[in-house]
Amino acid sequence: MRIESGRPATVSSGRKIPTHPPTVPLAIDDLTVAYHSKPVLWDVDLDIPEGKLVAIVGPNGAGKSTLIKACLDLVPKASGRVMVYGKPYARQRSLVGYVPQRESVDWDYPISALDVVAMGLYGRIGLFHPVRRSHKDAAMQALEHVGIAHLAKRQISQLSGGQQQRVFLARALAQDAQLYFMDEPFAAVDAATEAAIVSLLHELKEQGKTCLVVHHDLATVSQYFDWVVLLNMRVVAAGPTEEVFTRERLKETYGGRLALLDEAGNALHGISAIKQS
Amino acid sequence: MNAFRYRCAALMIFFILMWIGVAQSAPLHVNDIVETRDYQRQSLSNSGADWPSVEELAAVIFLKNYNTRLVVLSTMLLGIASGLVGSFLLLRKRSLMGDALSHACLPGIGILFIVMVSFGGSGKALPGLLAGASITGLIGVGCVLLIRNTSRIKDDAAMGIVLSVFFGLGVAVLGMVQTMPAASAAGLESFIYGKAASMVMQDAVLIGLVVLVCVVICILMFKELTLLCFDEAFTRALGWPLHTLDLILLSLVSAVTVIGLQSVGLILIIAFLITPVAAARFWTDDLRKMLLLAGLLRGLSGWMGSSISALTPRLPAGAVIVLVATLLFLVSMFFGTARGVLMRQRAQWRLQRKVGQQNLLRAVYELQEESARQEELSEIINRKIELKAVLAKRSWSVRQLRRLVGRAEHGGALARLDGKHIQLSESGFGAAARATRNHRLWETYLITHADVAPQHVDRDADLVEHVLGSELVEKLEECLKESGQDVDYIANPHAHHPGESVA
Repeated sequence: MRIESGRPATVSSGRKIPTHPPTVPLAIDDLTVAYHSKPVLWDVDLDIPEGKLVAIVGPNGAGKSTLIKACLDLVPKASGRVMVYGKPYARQRSLVGYVPQRESVDWDYPISALDVVAMGLYGRIGLFHPVRRSHKDAAMQALEHVGIAHLAKRQISQLSGGQQQRVFLARALAQDAQLYFMDEPFAAVDAATEAAIVSLLHELKEQGKTCLVVHHDLATVSQYFDWVVLLNMRVVAAGPTEEVFTRERLKETYGGRLALLDEAGNALHGISAIKQS
Repeated sequence: MNAFRYRCAALMIFFILMWIGVAQSAPLHVNDIVETRDYQRQSLSNSGADWPSVEELAAVIFLKNYNTRLVVLSTMLLGIASGLVGSFLLLRKRSLMGDALSHACLPGIGILFIVMVSFGGSGKALPGLLAGASITGLIGVGCVLLIRNTSRIKDDAAMGIVLSVFFGLGVAVLGMVQTMPAASAAGLESFIYGKAASMVMQDAVLIGLVVLVCVVICILMFKELTLLCFDEAFTRALGWPLHTLDLILLSLVSAVTVIGLQSVGLILIIAFLITPVAAARFWTDDLRKMLLLAGLLRGLSGWMGSSISALTPRLPAGAVIVLVATLLFLVSMFFGTARGVLMRQRAQWRLQRKVGQQNLLRAVYELQEESARQEELSEIINRKIELKAVLAKRSWSVRQLRRLVGRAEHGGALARLDGKHIQLSESGFGAAARATRNHRLWETYLITHADVAPQHVDRDADLVEHVLGSELVEKLEECLKESGQDVDYIANPHAHHPGESVA
């Protein structure tokens, strides 16, 4: 274990002492994020327990990606704070892995899959230090892990959508983190890749790692994830899937968009039959 | 990774040797320079068409003339640096930033001239002028970033605004300079259009130093710049100083721009930075090779351009270099091996041809399959097939079919018997069975797994198994067997039992 567990967070005098245990992978207090004075996230309070696969679910514009970006200091916080294993993210970067949305980069970039995966090691290599043979080997292992080692030398635009997503996952794996943020890894991937991602998630969970995944497909939430955060500019509900992922709560999250709810109806059928707590 | 350091060292040694070469061949006698000037004056006074003589040509190509050697080597060196730096600028999607930067250099040149003259200097000291150019250039870039970050105006509009305002300011300042009584400002306007021929040894040394620094920084920061240009969010998530990295990149760009001003001028310098890079992209998918190639192409156009310009004195070097670079770009665009137009077209033709061939073989195989079924044969026999029947099978025109058959015959897949019938060769028959089986498996796959977008699967693989995995293929074969089609002929041609798959 790389984390010293049980050590309380050092808090400067005069500030309120956090109510959550200091070693939870992710603790968000009163987080508010605004773009051009328009709030995107309001007063988010979240404690994510260790070793869970967490789905972040909500309609378009609910601030799902923004939540992740705020945790990674990629967007400025209007207020609140985010603690990763009891410390601010800036001091815990080596414990965090990040899979951005696939559309966020230019896949025409003249670079091979292996080189992209090696970027996952850049944090450990550090600024101005060269990439060594051992780093390339580690990157190759990560590619093997996601099952596309044979495509290592391919330029990234010559990969299919699912393969590109796997490259991004391999890059995150190479980061060897404890807490993973994944922004829509299931978007527009083929069935084989979807299965590969799910088994990868379970593998990470078995290693005691925590994954926060922005997820769009309501039909598979209860199948893939054991924790859910329902988000629509604020946290509607957060907790174990069977408690939180209910018809009522979804209605609350998605507001009037009942058409979407009907789509999810089939998937929810089983769950709503279970008692709603 | 010691190879990395060796490469650095090798490059440095290369540059140093190059400079020793230039410096050693510096003229020891004033005669040399006078000769050069005489030559230039003569050509200028000659108003008719004047083609260079063979000796002149040889003198330029083999760099016999001191001035030519200086200009050609300097522009080549500059080319290597601008190729490197321009690559990162292009990949950062800030190509036009170079344009804004170069235009923003003009006021700095004018202002520094005024300052130097008022301090009693000649006003034409190149380092001073270039320092002024880089200051206003960076201020211009800062303005672009400021406009973009504080308002909702996008990059392109912000660059347009900054570019025109600074250029306007520069022209105004130069106008003021002309009216200054104390000093002669002649020659300042050469920064707008460039004047490579006026280069002297000190300028060349300055260029050499700047190029050396740029190249070394690019090599040392290869990893950082690559990540910055590829994935900004990830760079920031790693905690790397994004703004500092951007600043370093833009400083490199401004350094190359500013020292290039003298030879190509601020209007054309953008072509220095972008054209060779865009050209190099057509040849390779690898960033390292692209960087080298961009430097090489740019060096080549610098050499060719300034040589041509030296031979025909009324053609300014900057313009010719840009034209040569564009020519190289066009050649790359068509003939580039990685993504050139012809390459892509050829790949498409090949695919079309392959698909056509497979469709023909499958049509023939299916006809044979049908006749075997009608005659209740236990095996599909490679018998001759009437062309008319093949024609009826698909929507080919007679001409298309004739071409397909001709091509297949040429490839040895089949033989034309009497003009009306065709007979598959042994290898053709095997290929036909394979193509049919693959096609059916694919169709079944797409039907049974209809939620999968077909473009996400690598269809070009030779065997379905390579793409789908053997378990899935077995399942698909089951599906096919249930629907009564022959699939496992090729898997096991002799253990094929009648009645099992031929319903």
